[in-house]
Amino acid sequence: MSARRIFVPGDAGALAVGADDVAAAIAKAAATAGVAVEIVRNGSRGLYWLEPMVEVGTPTGRVAFGPVAAEDVPDLIAAGLIDGKGERLFLGRTDEIPFLKAQTRFTFARCGIVDPASLADYRAHGGGVGLMRAAALSPAEIVTMVVASGLRGRGGAGFPTGIKWKTVLEAAGTRKFIVANADEGDSGTFADRMLMEGDPFVVIEGMAIAGLAVGATRGYLYIRSEYPHAIARMEAAIVTARATGWLGPDCAGSGRAFEIELRVGAGAYVCGEETALLESIEGERGEVRAKPPLPAHKGLFGAPTAVNNLVTLASVPFILAEGAEAYAAIGFGRSRGTMPIQLAGNIRHGGLFEAAFGVTLGELVETIGGGTITGRPVRAVQVGGPLGAYFPPSLFDTPFDYESFAARDGLIGHGGIVVFDDTVEMAAMARFAMEFCALESCGKCTPCRIGSTRGVELLDAMIAGREVTKNAALLEDLCDIMKFGSLCALGGFTPYPVISALRHYPADFGLVPAASAEKEIATWA
Amino acid sequence: MEDRAGRLAAIIERFQGVEGATLPILHAVQEAFGYVPAESVPVIAAALNRSRAEIHGIVTFYHDFRDKPAGRHLVRVCRAEACKSMGSDQVLRGFEQALGIPLGETSPDGAVTLEPVYCLGLCATAPNAMVDGKLSGRLDGAKAAYLVADLTS
Repeated sequence: MSARRIFVPGDAGALAVGADDVAAAIAKAAATAGVAVEIVRNGSRGLYWLEPMVEVGTPTGRVAFGPVAAEDVPDLIAAGLIDGKGERLFLGRTDEIPFLKAQTRFTFARCGIVDPASLADYRAHGGGVGLMRAAALSPAEIVTMVVASGLRGRGGAGFPTGIKWKTVLEAAGTRKFIVANADEGDSGTFADRMLMEGDPFVVIEGMAIAGLAVGATRGYLYIRSEYPHAIARMEAAIVTARATGWLGPDCAGSGRAFEIELRVGAGAYVCGEETALLESIEGERGEVRAKPPLPAHKGLFGAPTAVNNLVTLASVPFILAEGAEAYAAIGFGRSRGTMPIQLAGNIRHGGLFEAAFGVTLGELVETIGGGTITGRPVRAVQVGGPLGAYFPPSLFDTPFDYESFAARDGLIGHGGIVVFDDTVEMAAMARFAMEFCALESCGKCTPCRIGSTRGVELLDAMIAGREVTKNAALLEDLCDIMKFGSLCALGGFTPYPVISALRHYPADFGLVPAASAEKEIATWA
Repeated sequence: MEDRAGRLAAIIERFQGVEGATLPILHAVQEAFGYVPAESVPVIAAALNRSRAEIHGIVTFYHDFRDKPAGRHLVRVCRAEACKSMGSDQVLRGFEQALGIPLGETSPDGAVTLEPVYCLGLCATAPNAMVDGKLSGRLDGAKAAYLVADLTS
């Protein structure tokens, strides 16, 4: 009998709760018992409340145990873990776990299933089909497919990816670039990290397809420095892809060249903004550029550049492999396909939930997420990172898509949802939004650079109870200026958490929720 | 030290021909020396055909680059929203009390630096911290204190 395959995630989220110790304990216990096991360090399935989640390959499929602590291992092994049997912490067949079963996994289809170090495993699970197809198509044909899929930018802006690629393809230039934005700085988001750690080859495949589509010969993968595990995983995957011929002078047999260079950020949140990111790759301060010119016309080193979020790029292999129609067939309104939604913070079932657009915020938080982990009532959820609005439960009927959130003065951003229970102080959260903006502002435009500091001062005054009504009016005015006067989303969207907190939780700011105050606040939008 | 100049020259040499090499060089310098020494700035500037002011501006723009070495141990505690929702304020207090230093400081004996980080991407196992590169999630004040108990001795 060959060695039983046991999966213990090497994902950073699993490591943070002891996965290495669990893997070591299993190896030790198996050796003691004289049983041959092969421990695979897979990515995470995204069920973080069950991490470290150990899976065992059985003849009838994979079964799971979790959350497993190292000290549980001897008992679990005695109870039959290596044969996929058990009672305590036993979760049954992994793909039957409701949180997973309810998902539509296109982009994250292999994440947590494959061995991320193995290109052979990637291919055995359907990886690479999209790239092989793209290699046989003309650039215009690839672009047409991506346009038809309806795929929009998953970084938050929601711009149609195919249209961006068409612009770069048609732009004149002796050289062109792909830039993959993995500067995933939003609190509450971890989709980029999970994918890079769990399925790195889909990132490379997506970037290579993008390169073939727009005629770029070089791609830059920009990963934030806070993700050392993802960096190491991607570095190794790039070496493997090069050795296999997916990267190099003849990308996947297309006869066209494509190479990837990994760049590491340096702790600047604003570099997630596409033009600041380009400046950073060029070796400059990460200051935002005024647009136009668009990066698609004049981007990295002055050349036409497609800057795409990492999840956007990783969504493309599915589209090439399965067809644009298969992707566009699901979704909601103008938001087609799936979105990896990240449930985070004070939530019972925290993790990654990839689903078609259109599921409501309430379903996500209450039904899928199971409410708060503390068991207290949900008071607020912040959707879309530090620049996203706070939503009270009264808005839980909002469907998860770009337009529905915009209509309620919010944004979906990169798909992160952070849940807070009723102990949260919303004035403090509004203050933090301004403080973070002040800390991370690149300094190029005045509304963001100065406005954020003035915002902190105003909120400090309100929290201290000084001239609350007058300062609230000033704060609204300031947010208006930041929203419409800032160069990029950092200054422009910081008003979202601030104003939404003020609007939905006026009592936290010392404002009497009188009808007049409500009305005044409600005029902001 | 002669050796430092030689190591710096070797780092710069390694990135010859790389377009936009500033950040890769600065990362390599910080990895080698633990910080970006002031005396390296004019050398890097000359190699990249930039002014000292420009390189200084770039070094100081990015939070990662230090102008002096960190403590022998580095504790990074997440201060962003998802961790806040799970009580990261108590985690911070746990670190501060156990280490006897406030956030952003290095202990007088140079043993430990405690600094904020804005998201480690572990938002579903909050609150989180990173101690000498090792990640820890689902923390509370007591666990935080336990994590760093051996660092100050």
